[in-house]
Order: sequence, then C-alpha cells, then structure tokens
Amino acid sequence: MIERLFPQRAPILPRDTGGEPWLAAVIAVLCFLACLSAVGALSADRAAHGWARALRAEATVQVRPRVGETGDAAAARAAETLAGVTGVEEAEAMDRKTAEALLRPWVGDAVLPDLPLPYLVTVRLDRDAPASAVSLSRALAQAGVDATVDDHSLWRDEAERSAGLITVLAALAFLLTAGAAGAAVAYATRAGMAAQAAVIETLSLNGASDSRIAGLYQRRYGLLAAGAGAAGALAAMGAASAMRLLGGSEGLSPALPVVWSDVLILSPCPLLAATVALVAARFTALARLKGRD
Amino acid sequence: MSVQPRRAADAASSPTARLRGVGFGYVETPDVLRDVNLTLPAGSFHFLTGPSGAGKSTLLKLLTLAEQPQSGSLELFGEEAGAARRSALPAFRRRMGVIFQDFRLLDHLSAWENVALPMRLSGMKTADYADDVDEMLEWVGLGQKLDARPPALSGGEKQRLAIARAVVTGPDLIVADEPTGNVDAAMAERLLKLFQSMNRLGTTVLIASHDADLAARSGATVLTLNNGRITGGAA
Repeated sequence: MIERLFPQRAPILPRDTGGEPWLAAVIAVLCFLACLSAVGALSADRAAHGWARALRAEATVQVRPRVGETGDAAAARAAETLAGVTGVEEAEAMDRKTAEALLRPWVGDAVLPDLPLPYLVTVRLDRDAPASAVSLSRALAQAGVDATVDDHSLWRDEAERSAGLITVLAALAFLLTAGAAGAAVAYATRAGMAAQAAVIETLSLNGASDSRIAGLYQRRYGLLAAGAGAAGALAAMGAASAMRLLGGSEGLSPALPVVWSDVLILSPCPLLAATVALVAARFTALARLKGRD
Repeated sequence: MSVQPRRAADAASSPTARLRGVGFGYVETPDVLRDVNLTLPAGSFHFLTGPSGAGKSTLLKLLTLAEQPQSGSLELFGEEAGAARRSALPAFRRRMGVIFQDFRLLDHLSAWENVALPMRLSGMKTADYADDVDEMLEWVGLGQKLDARPPALSGGEKQRLAIARAVVTGPDLIVADEPTGNVDAAMAERLLKLFQSMNRLGTTVLIASHDADLAARSGATVLTLNNGRITGGAA
C-alpha cells in the first residue's frame, strides 16, 4: 500500500540512452572550460589590479641639478622636500650604485662607469591617500628643485585597461559557452521529440498541455545539465586547486595568482548550466509543439 | 466501480458532440469524410460501423481533436472545438477517454503507471488516484500484472490496459476504436459491460467496431459510415 501511495515513479518520458550521455559529456566539457576561463579571468583581473595598486603607491622623480650643484645634492634636497608632502610615506634619493645595479642586467658592466645616469628619487606614497603628481611637482617647484615627476599613471592606466579587457573577454567566453550549451540542449530536445513523437501524441491525447510536455523536457535536460555542470565544475575546481597547491606559496602561476575563493566561486556552475538547459529545452519544445498545428 | 463522469450532472444541457457538415480529407485521399452530420446526445451510446476505409478512424480523430475539420463545424461539450486553438485542446481532452486501435501505451511505464498517466499529467497526487487505478486494473483482469510493462503483455492485455487508462478518470465521452478487436468473446462481453456501466453513469460512448454482433447485443444506436457519409442510424 505504501508503495502504491509513494511509488518510485518512472519518468513519463522514456530515456534516450543513445544521445543523453553524449549531451552530458558535451555540457560537462563546456562547463569545465567556462569555469577555467572564469578562474583565469579572476586571477588576471586580480593580478592587473595588484600591479595598478603597486604602481599607484609609487612615484619616480628625475632631478636636474642647478649650476654649481652636484646631482647627488640635488636629489637629496628633492627627497627631503618630498618627504614633507602630505600623502608621501618615504622619499629616498637613489645613489649611483643602486641605479647601476638596476641597469646592469640590461647594459652589462663594461659601459656602466661611463654612462651618464639620471638623478632619481624614489617616492613611496600613502596607499590610502597617495599624493598626486601635481602636488609633488608643486612642492618641488616651491623648493626650487628642477625635476620631473612620473607617477606611473601611463602604466597604471594600461594595467587597468588590460584588466577591463580581460573581464570583457571572460564575459564573452561565458556567453559563448552558455550559447553553445543551450544550442546542444536545443538540438537534443529536437532530436528527442522527433524520436518520441508517438509518446508526445499519446501524452497530448491524454490531456497534457504543451506547457506540461515542455516541462517534461525541461526537467529532463535541466537535471542532466545540472549533473554535467557539477562534473565540469568539480573538474575545474580540482584543476584550480592543483594550481593553487602546487608550486609553493604563490601557486603554479605567480603572474596569475589563484586564490581559494576562485575555487568556491565555481560552485554555482551546476545551477547556471541547469538554467541554460531549462530555458533552451522549454523554448525548443514549445516551438516544436506549436509547429505541430 | 467508483469511477464516475465528472460532469454527469450537466450532461443533459447540451449534446456531448455535434458535427455539422463536416468534411475532411488527406492529400492522397481527399473527401474521406463528406458533409457528416452527427449528434451524440449526452449520455448516449453509439456504435459506429462501416467497411474498412469508410472513414471511421478519421471521424474518431476529429472527435479526439487529433485533426481539425476542413469544413463544417465540430462542437464538443457545448463549445466550438473544431477550430479551437492548440492551447484549448487539453481542456477538451481531459473530458474524454480515448481507446486507440494501436493502444498507444507507453512501453517504458508499468501497467499501473500507464493507467495512472492521465491523472499524473493533470498534476493529481498519487494518493488521490492510487485506489482508482488499482480497482480499474483489477476490474479489467490485470490485477496481477500491475508492474508488467506493455511489451510483456499479450494483445488482449494491452487492449484492456488501454481501456482501463481511458475510463479511469470517469470521462464525459469515451471514444473507442475497435476496443474488442484483440480480446476473446468473454472479455469482449466484459468490456462491453464496462462501457455500458460507464454509460449508465452518464458517460457518452462512441465505439467504432467491425463487430456487428457486439453492436447488436449492446442495444446501442448503430451508425453506419460509408464513403465518407453517415448512412444509417440516428445521424
């Protein structure tokens, strides 16, 4: 009696054992790729913003000594002036030895002693309220220092533009993947409905509305996509975790740092895959049923 | 039987089905039906006979709204149904029980699930129809084969299963295409009694059959379809 009241009900639609495993595999692969592109976009965005943040916290000042003044003295005077500006944490004149050490990898030892080097001051800015290039220039001018301030805004803008571009590309990749998954589900729905035309007619003649029949396909492909999406997301989570765990504290890819929250952010993937499948199956099924008129 | 037609109370208000000047044909065989006029009063019992190719199955397709008339009008339950929009069809079909010549059973479902299908499709809870399904299967002699799937059933058993599915909801109209074609004489009598008992409860019954003896024994009005026209009976 209990079995009759709470039976293990077979699905109303027969299983399509031929096509469904393939569809599940395709959706799983698409979800895996979408998740990887999401992780890549997140880490690239994080890296680009990190670079921009670091650039925003620094400025470089090139000092031109006055007549009768040594370059080192002019740089020291500029550093002293800049250290007193609001928004500057530290200003330090770069001595020739430090400058040579920076250039050595590029020009070698042979020409370094004869090379005229600019007199530079490196300025570390307050991260929360950095001094602007204008205020630094104004302070130097007021102190009578002839100097050019480079606040790295050119590089910072490029890094931020790159981050924006990567985000847009990742969104496009996601939309394309979702579109491909939707197309695969739509194709499977059409094929399934063609193969099960007699079943659909029987359901229809037994009082099932088009919406009810479409709902059966929705449920079938929604569940299938959720399972496949979970498989793809788990595989991508494994890959991202491996990238994070292997290769030391910065992971396998220090330039594209993966953090644990990136792994967790993939968890809605099955839900998104199911949503795409639900929408694709419903619209396809309803369109095909209406075409039977 | 506890199954009863849902709208037996208003059965007398309008005919269950009315066809006026209905014509229908296919590309290969035009004029399968020509100027068919037929009224099935509520609570009536009709047999539809005629030679093969006379158009019996096509007429049943029109009545079950599987096809639409190409001319004339078709009313069901007092409403115009011949030109009904697709979205309106389920409401008509839920008031009908249809028995197909080829059974139209779902092979992947058990006998019990096949009979339960109309209720399940309408969203009813299992507890609300489980007893009716059990009782119906018992009545058609398939009480011991609740879990059997149609491919494992004989032709006669499939037919009884199809009949059980058609009548379990207590429809206002039963349309049957050769419902006794695959059963022995004893079972044919038993099925006829089922239709008669449904009819006594107010269900309108139309049976297309070659079995002239059964039609005669039923006491029902016999309609004859010939060359696409109803030529006999109370058309």
